[in-house]
Amino acid sequence: MTDPLVTLENLTVRFDERPVVDQVNLKIHRGDIITIIGPNGAGKTTLIKAVLGIQKVSEGLVSLKKNLVIGYVPQHLTLEATLPLSVKRFMLLSGRSLTECESALARTGVGHLLHSSVHHLSGGEKQRLLLARALARKPDLLVLDEPAQGVDINGQASLYDLIRQLRDDLNCGVIMISHDLHLVMAATDKVICLNQHVCCSGYPEDISHDPAFIETFGRPVAESLAVYHHHHNHSHDLHGDVVEGRHTECDHAHH
Amino acid sequence: MPIIDAILDDFFWRALIGGLGVALVAGPLGCFVVWRRLAYFGDTLAHSALLGIALSFLISVPLNLGVIITCVVLAMALVLLSRTRTLATDTLLGILAHSALAIGLVTLSFMPDVRVDLTGLLFGDLLAMSREDLLWIYGGAALIIILLAVLWQGLLMSTIHEELARVEGVAVERLRLVLMLMFSLVIAVAMKIVGVLLITALLIIPAATARRLAHNPEIMAAMAVGFGFVAVSGGLSLSWHLDTPAGPSVVVTAFAVFLLVYGAAGKVRT
Repeated sequence: MTDPLVTLENLTVRFDERPVVDQVNLKIHRGDIITIIGPNGAGKTTLIKAVLGIQKVSEGLVSLKKNLVIGYVPQHLTLEATLPLSVKRFMLLSGRSLTECESALARTGVGHLLHSSVHHLSGGEKQRLLLARALARKPDLLVLDEPAQGVDINGQASLYDLIRQLRDDLNCGVIMISHDLHLVMAATDKVICLNQHVCCSGYPEDISHDPAFIETFGRPVAESLAVYHHHHNHSHDLHGDVVEGRHTECDHAHH
Repeated sequence: MPIIDAILDDFFWRALIGGLGVALVAGPLGCFVVWRRLAYFGDTLAHSALLGIALSFLISVPLNLGVIITCVVLAMALVLLSRTRTLATDTLLGILAHSALAIGLVTLSFMPDVRVDLTGLLFGDLLAMSREDLLWIYGGAALIIILLAVLWQGLLMSTIHEELARVEGVAVERLRLVLMLMFSLVIAVAMKIVGVLLITALLIIPAATARRLAHNPEIMAAMAVGFGFVAVSGGLSLSWHLDTPAGPSVVVTAFAVFLLVYGAAGKVRT
């Protein structure tokens, strides 16, 4: 196996002596999609920020592969109303060429918005813009903080689908935080359930049977997730229309 | 050159040339004040300028230098104090703004030999602009324009999304300090024209006026410079013809332009 992109060793972050992230060990490889789930205040965002290098670490180590390019998709893009900004200008601020920016926008399905004002985008379009911006940097590692927040349910499914495709195209690693448990379970390789420490981790179908997971999220959630874990036989585009042909191995219909 | 000498001998022209120099940098910096919601912060720095004047007399350094240093020190203190988060930022700013102004006034009152025109310092004075001040203004303006040109992308990016900028390798903290330094500089040099109490208006009003018409950040900054020019030349002419105080006249002109633009552009969607 190749060297990991990111290695966390006994990572601990404390705020006022209170551990927010407690002795987390984690390796992210190319091609991985790792999803962090956990209750509020579990330290998910802090963990991600430590990976990004914008959170001071109290103990332990964060080692990044040499020259690692990180594409970060923050939770929100809340632009001050007084700051006029077009999609094009925002993309160009990444320092990449216009061609690269345009193809990244097209890849995330918002190519037609190049000349729009960022202020006029919907929640889903903003998330796709942020994703395109991360993409334009040709990242080795994509870091996403609740990428589907403020996106409607059809949009969420296609967004996670897109993230999976981007992983395949770029052969990058992906680490994300998500609350959309049922979608995560279908879209991810490995789930880490965080509650300051890693309370359990593993493949989605295993984790929903893990006693620690059931204790954190409750039995009803765990059971519904076990049912949810399946492959869809179709996906949706931005307008919610069915797009055929992305997954062929599934044998049951939409529920 | 005799013609330049003749122009610089005239106090009105000195004030106008100085004022235009200030507007040149107040435009782009004012945009950052508006974008980053630093209006109250700018006000606090401006209030501390009076303390700077008092201290300059106390230790006999040039006024402009004293004001710049005081503003820089206060800006640094604000950045550090706001990290502790024991007090809300606006409370902290309120305390420092008015304490700095009050300490400045009290200190000045202890120096009976020092004759300062308080009204001029607080509200600007058409007659106060010396040739030396012009050097300070254009030196400061050149420095600020160079800094802005070099750091523009990083400043803009960290204004749009601080964390994203940081991940992309922008030295966000260092840029914040440089921005504070530029604010201090512009406040020190703008003080003579519009006065301590009205400096923030010269930063904010032209930028806010430009926002109504601009579709990208650079155009907004350029338009803010233009509106600043209008405010300064209109205001100083008003002050000269009607014998009104310089600072308030500039601000009144800026405000009139603001109303005009927002009224005329009312139906345009930006």
